Amino acid sequence: MPSLQSIVTQGRAVEAHRPWPRVAVSPELWTAAANELAEGRATLLGLWGEAGCTVHMALIGEDNHDIAVLSLACPELEFPSVGRRHAPAIRLERALHSLYGLRPIGIPDQRPWLDLGFWDRQFPLGACSAPVPQPYLFLPVEGENLHQIPVGPVHAGIIEPGHFRFTASGETVARLEERLGYVHKGIESLMTGATLERGARLAARTSGDSTVAYGIAFARAVEAALKIDPPPRAHYLRAVMAELERLANHFGDIGAICNDASFVLMYAHCGILRELVLRAGETCFGHRLMMDRVIPGGVTTDLSSEGVTALRDLTQQIRDRFPLLIELYDNTASLQDRTAATGILDGTLARRFGAAGFVGRASGRDFDARKTPGYPPYSGLDFTVPVLTAGDVNARVWIRIREVEQSLALIEQMLEHLPHGPIAIRASDGSGEGLALVEGFRGDVLVSLRLEAGHVARCHLRDASWFQWPLLEVAIEGNIVADFPLCNKSFNCSYSGHDS
Amino acid sequence: MRRTLFESLTRGPLTETVPRPQDSGIAELAAAVERSARRRLGRSLAIRQVDAGSCNGCELEIHALNNAFYDLERFGLRFVASPRHADVLLVTGPVSKNMREALERTYRATPDPKWVVAVGDCASDGGIFSGSYAVVGGVWQVVPVDLHIGGCPPSPNQLLQGLLALLEASAK
Repeated sequence: MPSLQSIVTQGRAVEAHRPWPRVAVSPELWTAAANELAEGRATLLGLWGEAGCTVHMALIGEDNHDIAVLSLACPELEFPSVGRRHAPAIRLERALHSLYGLRPIGIPDQRPWLDLGFWDRQFPLGACSAPVPQPYLFLPVEGENLHQIPVGPVHAGIIEPGHFRFTASGETVARLEERLGYVHKGIESLMTGATLERGARLAARTSGDSTVAYGIAFARAVEAALKIDPPPRAHYLRAVMAELERLANHFGDIGAICNDASFVLMYAHCGILRELVLRAGETCFGHRLMMDRVIPGGVTTDLSSEGVTALRDLTQQIRDRFPLLIELYDNTASLQDRTAATGILDGTLARRFGAAGFVGRASGRDFDARKTPGYPPYSGLDFTVPVLTAGDVNARVWIRIREVEQSLALIEQMLEHLPHGPIAIRASDGSGEGLALVEGFRGDVLVSLRLEAGHVARCHLRDASWFQWPLLEVAIEGNIVADFPLCNKSFNCSYSGHDS
Repeated sequence: MRRTLFESLTRGPLTETVPRPQDSGIAELAAAVERSARRRLGRSLAIRQVDAGSCNGCELEIHALNNAFYDLERFGLRFVASPRHADVLLVTGPVSKNMREALERTYRATPDPKWVVAVGDCASDGGIFSGSYAVVGGVWQVVPVDLHIGGCPPSPNQLLQGLLALLEASAK
């Protein structure tokens, strides 16, 4: 059985793909790579299609953390299914088929994904054709005394749309099946032919809560393709923004999880901390979510000395107030009663799916793109990646709490050692292919793109949620229906990032 | 918990104690919203938010209206869980084709009199997403819109100002 490394050496290397190799492979090598995934020796980072009948798969080796992209030409519009051996690939392949019309041979689930039957065409990114209406059949559930609860796409709160089909036995969830795609905007098609500026704006709107992370991922992929490196100060300012984004989202999540357990006090206090972070974003970078502040080549907005003071004040305020909230969370038995032992995600599944962020880390998977493969400025900064093994809602709350502490320390370190100098260099009108893996607050964001004469020829963006959504279906099993909001919020998967 | 509650009691509400320059409009806005809301709808206006393809940035800022700094409910404005309880639909996103039917059905489920507020740049004409095969391009193409609140995303202050404008227009 050839290892990932030997698969890469046996394939035909594609030039101008940076920083990791991309190789064209045969169907046999493609299947061998699927086996590597199934055997747990590699983790799937992404699987996507391209007009012109090619499928790509990005993997990372489990032992040496080598990253590679494998590309398989499929002139017959079909390719050997990876999902046949490795379940995490199934939804990616279903989406690939719905968008490009390329058939994964042997896939156990042939239903469409993202295409809900409302588009005026079939396979919009491949050989477009007239739509063929077909009913969508939810998975059958057999047994006595079962009832179904259909929820969504329009939900009760201020949240994104998606459909959840619960099958319950009394109060207990026997099966949850998700159906997503309601906020699919066709970002990949809009990317084609876009200027770098427009491409960066589109990437920044793939998932608004991770706008900084997407901005960095797109910029890093462009910079890899063009072989340019932004100035050191730009790297630092990007990371300051990324950690502010992490803080804002974690405060929002911790509060909202407690709110879903009807503990409004935590929600109110975390909401205050979140608002303070957003206001600091406005003060320092001119936008509350820091949207469009990261561009290929650097950042648009410099941090003034007043901005540095504002950020120091912010971290101090959080350090003053947050410990009280941690104590409050830890000492409220009625709240712990809801979060502890609820929605347990098994560590084996977390590893197999390459679950990122707090979802993976609460179930023993310590992957963090800031460490592996790592990117500046994080390699020069001191921080740890918290890991727990309980895998329940409580563990996912605690990972966020520990990450808040790490982000505060990171921001303070960066303010201490902020390099001087320019904040951007010009991104040239070159060509090339780039891949980037960047740690957003909910996990790693993958961007793969090809540039031709300074324009985006193709760009694929993969949200961390792709590998987290399927695990939510598992985590809720055997829990009561009333605990679903709690489980769902503790995962906080992105609908827009997934559907894009 | 006692400590946190006690602190909150002694510290006084945040809503009044943060005199930052960008917040100076809030008090003024608060008085105005209250006057017109009372004239038109007594003391309350129920809002149902519908995400019709947003990137979720607008949702984050709509959420912020509920925090202690903006405290939307002091104006009698509140978010409700069903369109059947709503006076206002707050719609975000360029309207993805996959959400068009759901938006139409939500609109039909909302009792009259009702108003539709399109929130965010992409809700007005599709914004950066217009031209995509998967996007209708603007809320007005699907349901009648009474007001657009621009911004990407609009800040909580802009959202408050927009709701005020709606109240004034509908009161005339």
